[in-house]
Amino acid sequence: MEHDNKELRSPKRRKILQASGAAIITAPFISRAWANVTEINMLAWYGHGEPDVVAEYEAANNVKFKPKYYAGGDNMLALIAQSPPGTYDLILSDAEFVQQLNAAGYIEEMNAADYPFDDMLHEDFTKFPGHWQDDKLYSMILRGGHLGVSYNKNAVTEEEAQSYACFWKPELKGKVGHFDWHLPSLGMMSLYNGNGASLFDLDDDKWDKVQETTMSLRPQVGGYFDYGGTFNSLKNGEMQAMCGIGDWITGVLEKDGAPVASVIPKEGGIQFTESYSIGKGSEKADEVKKFIQYMMSPEGQVKSAQMAAYPGFCVTKGGRAKLIEVDKAEATRSHQIEGMANEPIALINDGRIHYRDIPQQQSLEDWNDFWSEYKNA
Amino acid sequence: MPQPSTRNTFNGFALTWRMPIIVWQVLFFVGPLLFMVAMSFFLVKNYRMVEAFEFKNWEKMLTRGYFWDSYALTFILATLSTIVASVLAFPASFALAFKVSPVVRRWALFLLIIPFFTSYLVRIFSWYVILAESGVVNSILAQIGLGPYTMLNTMFGTLVGYMTLTLPLVVVLQTFALANIDRNLVQAAHNLGCSPIRAIYTVIMPLAKTGLIVAALFCFILSFGDFVSPYYLGGSKPPTLPILIIDTTKSGQQWPRAAVVAVVMMLTLITIAFASLALAYRKRASR
Repeated sequence: MEHDNKELRSPKRRKILQASGAAIITAPFISRAWANVTEINMLAWYGHGEPDVVAEYEAANNVKFKPKYYAGGDNMLALIAQSPPGTYDLILSDAEFVQQLNAAGYIEEMNAADYPFDDMLHEDFTKFPGHWQDDKLYSMILRGGHLGVSYNKNAVTEEEAQSYACFWKPELKGKVGHFDWHLPSLGMMSLYNGNGASLFDLDDDKWDKVQETTMSLRPQVGGYFDYGGTFNSLKNGEMQAMCGIGDWITGVLEKDGAPVASVIPKEGGIQFTESYSIGKGSEKADEVKKFIQYMMSPEGQVKSAQMAAYPGFCVTKGGRAKLIEVDKAEATRSHQIEGMANEPIALINDGRIHYRDIPQQQSLEDWNDFWSEYKNA
Repeated sequence: MPQPSTRNTFNGFALTWRMPIIVWQVLFFVGPLLFMVAMSFFLVKNYRMVEAFEFKNWEKMLTRGYFWDSYALTFILATLSTIVASVLAFPASFALAFKVSPVVRRWALFLLIIPFFTSYLVRIFSWYVILAESGVVNSILAQIGLGPYTMLNTMFGTLVGYMTLTLPLVVVLQTFALANIDRNLVQAAHNLGCSPIRAIYTVIMPLAKTGLIVAALFCFILSFGDFVSPYYLGGSKPPTLPILIIDTTKSGQQWPRAAVVAVVMMLTLITIAFASLALAYRKRASR
């Protein structure tokens, strides 16, 4: 029996040996095949390099994205500053930081003719602040999203959510959360104070008042959260209103059936804008350009709008039309249909949306210092 | 009979075996520590660190009220965590050391180690399900007409997180300390009429003092430096020093200022550690 068993086993051994031998012989060719895949180093917010966005493009174009994710514009600038030139081929940044990227010489000039500027949904997107310098293009607007009052529908009515004043509602004591970043939260406090379009351009008096208003909200605050914490606390009902965010978080929860929503209140909302730039010294500028063109195409814009990590609205007419065609539910949920209430472009036209910026008369450090004081109060 | 030499003689064999740990400590502890101290004097210009020897970062951080508020809070929370963990762990450790069979003790210690097999962050996030207002605890309390109570984003939440991190370790360390006590001394105390409770305070605890203090020290160190619990279960409200480090690096990439906070934390922990060890070994040295 033992002899039979050995006979039975030996063909398997031979096959294993043959397979191993074949693997060893072909390994150099396999690795060469891998080597032919162009790797593109991407620096972006989480989600932009995930398969739901890039897998299709990778398969069709024999490229592979290697994303490095950051959280916040400061973090992004530091990562670039600490890396040798050419480390990042593709940089996705918040629009307000493009100017600093350009000033520091971290990004390449782009050819405007390569991108669909004649198809933009809003004329502001054509010459977006900071993206152009001396009539030269340095960054291509990709998507946007609006920040306002985010709330649990069981605790706050849609009517109450029409003003930032709802954050001070007595029933919400300990139930108001903050996204732990000073720019959007203090920006909203500035809007609540009536600073409108100059929400980030505050003289000393106005800055003092913003600090005062913010401090008055402190007793209502239940916590300061990162993306995961914000997501969880809204989902499990621990926080019933959230300052500093918008549909980019509630949209994900809403799709999951949570009773949450975001609205742009009467005092106005803030737009986050995300743009692509080509890293200075990149040896793959042509491949990167091709990818940006893809993301600006209707198909790419749909991928961006449907991004699993956090949704954003299309900036091109073609992208919006395609989204309505292939995913009407998402287009409806995110109000990306002309004539709908809270349609993003109409909100901009009505003057209710202000583009997020960095403080104009104070330093980022001043704002951050106050934010730390506020958290400790 | 030859007397053992009191002179230190060179032992190449021993030194060879000691070298890896010495090299390791120098490369990965002393070196980075010195760099961190040096970094606290650097400056940041255009998001890039510039080598310098300036006291601006120290002045900036140490003159800020929020820094001292965070310091006090972190110290108080870590102290509270140490007291709670030590008190909660002692009955369990006592039972494991004196009341159960060696087999049961081995299994119990194994089970205490198992939580460390999973990510601490995952364990912390699992508390969301348990402590949320619509979570397990409040659902049970609702059955008897109580609650709901807010437990997440409170100091209670932070303490629960600290216990998740430290309690199993404190139980293990206390159990080892108690299990090594000479049973004859405990028996002698009982024979001389000492009540069980009094024997704990006058015989067992003094004999296990070193181990108990070391367990408490570990608890303090881990709690003092923990970022996850105060952020995710305490809601960063108010922030502790580890959160302040993150906040500082997030805005303007002020790593040098974060280094100031880290150096202050290190100095605090070194002071606490030396004081604790002095207390732990004081009586033994005087005997």
